[in-house]
Amino acid sequence: MAKKVALMQGNEACAQGALYAGCSFFAGYPITPSTEVAEVMSIELPKIGGKFIQMEDEIAAIAALIGASLTGAKVLDSTSGPGMSLKQELIGYACIAEVPCVIVNVQRGGPSTGMPTGPGQSDMQQAMWGTHGDHAAIVLTPASCQEIYEETVRAFNLAEKYRMPVQIQIDEICAHMRERVQFAEPGEMEVINREAPSVAVEDYKPYDASKGLIPPLAAFGSGYRYHVTGLNKAEDGFPTTKAELVDAEERRQIDKVMLNLADILKNEEYLLEDAEIVLFAYGSTSRSARYAVNELRKEGVKAGMFRPLTMWPFPDARVAELAVQAKAIICPEMNLGQMVREVERVAKGNCEVAHIGRVDGEPINPGQIIDKVKEVL
Amino acid sequence: MAYDYEKSIRPGKLPHIWCPGCGHGIVMKGLIRAMDTCELDRDNTAIVSGIGCASRLPGYLDCCTLHTAHGRAAAFATGVKMAKPDMNVIVCGGDGDGTAIGGNHFIHACRRNIDLTYVIMNNLIYGMTGGQFSPCTPTGAMASTTPYGNPDPVFDISKLAIGAGATFVARTTAFHATQIDKLIAEGIKHKGMAIIEVLDDCPTTYGRRNKFRSVTDMMKRLKDMAVPVAAASKMTAEQLEGKVLTGVLYKEERPEYTAQYANVIKKAQGA
Ligand SMILES: Cc1ncc(C[n+]2csc(CCOP(=O)(O)OP(=O)(O)O)c2C)c(N)n1
Repeated sequence: MAKKVALMQGNEACAQGALYAGCSFFAGYPITPSTEVAEVMSIELPKIGGKFIQMEDEIAAIAALIGASLTGAKVLDSTSGPGMSLKQELIGYACIAEVPCVIVNVQRGGPSTGMPTGPGQSDMQQAMWGTHGDHAAIVLTPASCQEIYEETVRAFNLAEKYRMPVQIQIDEICAHMRERVQFAEPGEMEVINREAPSVAVEDYKPYDASKGLIPPLAAFGSGYRYHVTGLNKAEDGFPTTKAELVDAEERRQIDKVMLNLADILKNEEYLLEDAEIVLFAYGSTSRSARYAVNELRKEGVKAGMFRPLTMWPFPDARVAELAVQAKAIICPEMNLGQMVREVERVAKGNCEVAHIGRVDGEPINPGQIIDKVKEVL
Repeated sequence: MAYDYEKSIRPGKLPHIWCPGCGHGIVMKGLIRAMDTCELDRDNTAIVSGIGCASRLPGYLDCCTLHTAHGRAAAFATGVKMAKPDMNVIVCGGDGDGTAIGGNHFIHACRRNIDLTYVIMNNLIYGMTGGQFSPCTPTGAMASTTPYGNPDPVFDISKLAIGAGATFVARTTAFHATQIDKLIAEGIKHKGMAIIEVLDDCPTTYGRRNKFRSVTDMMKRLKDMAVPVAAASKMTAEQLEGKVLTGVLYKEERPEYTAQYANVIKKAQGA
């Protein structure tokens, strides 16, 4: 039987990916250019007995999301820049309380209301550092409609597996362009569900790390009665200020990500084997970068592209290697220098690092990239 | 026979953090009795709060408990109830938490008429942060950030809840301890958004600055200001000056939110 295919927007593909992953709850607040995610979920969720709720604001939406997740549901929220800023406190809550959830940020220009219908990649540092305190983050950056579909499934899998919020950063170009998307058959893509506890009810400790970095999470109403708080807590979930417990908990929550890099990191390498010029590109910008690489190769320039699909944790090790191999790493992005900071940090001066930034609502085009490469050469 | 609170309290979690003379403990005991009256299954009961002294309440109770962020309890609780409508969801917290930072979530939960029981402990002040004024601090009163007397007008929480669409609204005080559980129990049984406002006292940060020399003074204030709704109907406007009505202030049957959404599901599934 032929596979189901459809022509659809990135935003619609995101909603379809969520449904494939088993999402049964959506809470959000409308904001351009993310609204189609909510609209599709409002149509599709009730059909499968799931729930859609439009909350009174973005803070309420992520609050409802965390509440729903604690009942065992797989949950999605979508928003854009200003909404993402509002959610930050509770993204931190989901980190410390270790509650799985997926948040899509369809990036527009900014700061503030910025350019509601213009594309941007300027919430990249916010995705890692937006909330207060020390914590790990998982941030994915898909670049096509098909990839948005598949990466949304992966986002749910990572959220459930690592018991934490996962952010998907899409730029407006990818969110609103239409492409052919091929749906996966049931069972074709892996779908991970959070681990439920198997211990006796009286022995359950929601943050008991004695058997691993990620303790099982019981659903509210499943017979396990426990406490969830945003305060630093001991393994039983109750607040503590004991220095060694607070320290261990904070470190474990970072370790669960940083000690599982092989599982979490994902990237595409395009013509990098002999590359002297490496384009570090993501999202829609990587599509221009790929075009530029092809053009440059025709002219005999040894160019290649490194494209992270997991942007956080940052692919330090591989970028460090590329910095030794290459003459220069060039980072085109629709902001005035966000991920290039990370490239510079990791390159440690081993190669030249250059930036192409654009914040006028126009995409970075291949010509701009080619010009920069020639300038560096 | 003395009432057994211990079976509902988590072992090893007492003593609580509340100051001597604080009314929050009285409210907690009322909530425990109400949950018992309604025979709530504690496995299937979620108690959700924000941040503040009052919001520490869930930690002491042996249920599924969720201590969230300042002001956001009603929104978290909406997610719990929406995702699992057969769960009993109780929200609790302070006046500042519920009506200042959480004001938006409070009114919208009322508007939806979602089946939550919200116990709001109105001690007229921000207790946890040391006595700054809240939207419920009386005009002219002293607080740590109103050194010349509070210039702000006051929210009447119960009126706010009625105006916003809650379908069960009741009020009592920490002095009227035996009425607390009765009203909360009525709220739990009510299908829809139930607000139970409990006028409460904070001797440490409010009483001290406002010339209540003792906890007894504060309790006497609660006793004197309360007028049951039935009695109030026979009183003149002058007699009611400075008084607060107590008992069930409003009750209405209106479609509940999760039940409405169940209809959406039926429609989407073509039934
Ligand atoms: C976002 C945020 N802002 C401010 C605070 C500080 N804060 C903690 S509790 C509180 C006031 C609590 O007052 P109320 O809700 O009336 O409860 P009470 O302590 O009096 O019981 C404030 C302002 C916070 N925790 N989070």
